[in-house]
Amino acid sequence: MDKKIGFIILLLLVQLAALAQPGGEVEMADAMHANGKIYVVVAVILTIFAGIIIYLVRLDRKISKLEKNNS
Amino acid sequence: MNKSWWKIISVLLLVYTIIAGFGLLWKNDVPRLPALQETIRNLYFHVCMWFGMMILFTASVFHAIKYLQNNNLRSDISSRAFAGVGILFGLLGYATGAIWLSYTWVDPNQPAYESFGAIAKDPKLIGAAIALLIYFAYLVLRGSIQDIDKRARIGAVYNIFAFAFLFPAIWIIPRLLPSLHPGGEGSEGNPALNYKDMAPKMRFVFYPAIIGWTLLGVWIVSIKVRLELYKERIILTQWIKK
Repeated sequence: MDKKIGFIILLLLVQLAALAQPGGEVEMADAMHANGKIYVVVAVILTIFAGIIIYLVRLDRKISKLEKNNS
Repeated sequence: MNKSWWKIISVLLLVYTIIAGFGLLWKNDVPRLPALQETIRNLYFHVCMWFGMMILFTASVFHAIKYLQNNNLRSDISSRAFAGVGILFGLLGYATGAIWLSYTWVDPNQPAYESFGAIAKDPKLIGAAIALLIYFAYLVLRGSIQDIDKRARIGAVYNIFAFAFLFPAIWIIPRLLPSLHPGGEGSEGNPALNYKDMAPKMRFVFYPAIIGWTLLGVWIVSIKVRLELYKERIILTQWIKK
């Protein structure tokens, strides 16, 4: 009897594992995070972002200068 | 440099958005969802464009109403600049959405352009397109009037109409119709606003991202406003010299 109950519990646990499976099977960019290539992507984006921000800062300063000279 | 603290905050928040948004800070920060997969990270960029657009348009209508109250041309210039950058954010939201949907909504058994006909009928896309077109009309209308005061007044009145139309076009009608876009019929409210709908770690990136992108938009607006004010001043001084 005990063996039977143990078997049923085991089956239930197997089912739980099966339920958890579909979530884990979704293909994500795990390899990219594992081998660190994601850092390359982020570095490229940050470089472009830095370029745009530097451009904005310079534009901001230019207008500040114009405002000072003309007031 | 004291006055520009919010610009620094904007840049810091956006750098944080990029670093944390690509999952460098936490492992398993985004849920593993079928079809969406890693593209769920677009939430920090695509959705923030629309949030930024809505906030900038709100600021625009605020300045439009202020102009009608005080007839100060500064308010008119602010209103126009906020609407302009709001439209830019809307266009970026639309373009990023177009890229995102062509990888998530399309029938995987058909090439993207084959199923595009079905996607293009989505009420969310049509609503957003109408809302943006109405704001384009604001630029055309305001730009076509020579008289400064008339331009400002008609622009401000039309701005209020355009803002009012945002609500049926992007908030109400698309919600009532079935849509592939999250937040359509059957789902409750805006999935980005409903905090129960978002993975907890995503919220730590999403909300700062909204603030960061919006502040960046406000920065661009401030540069545009100062440039316009400078131009007005030049015109005025030339007119006095004559």
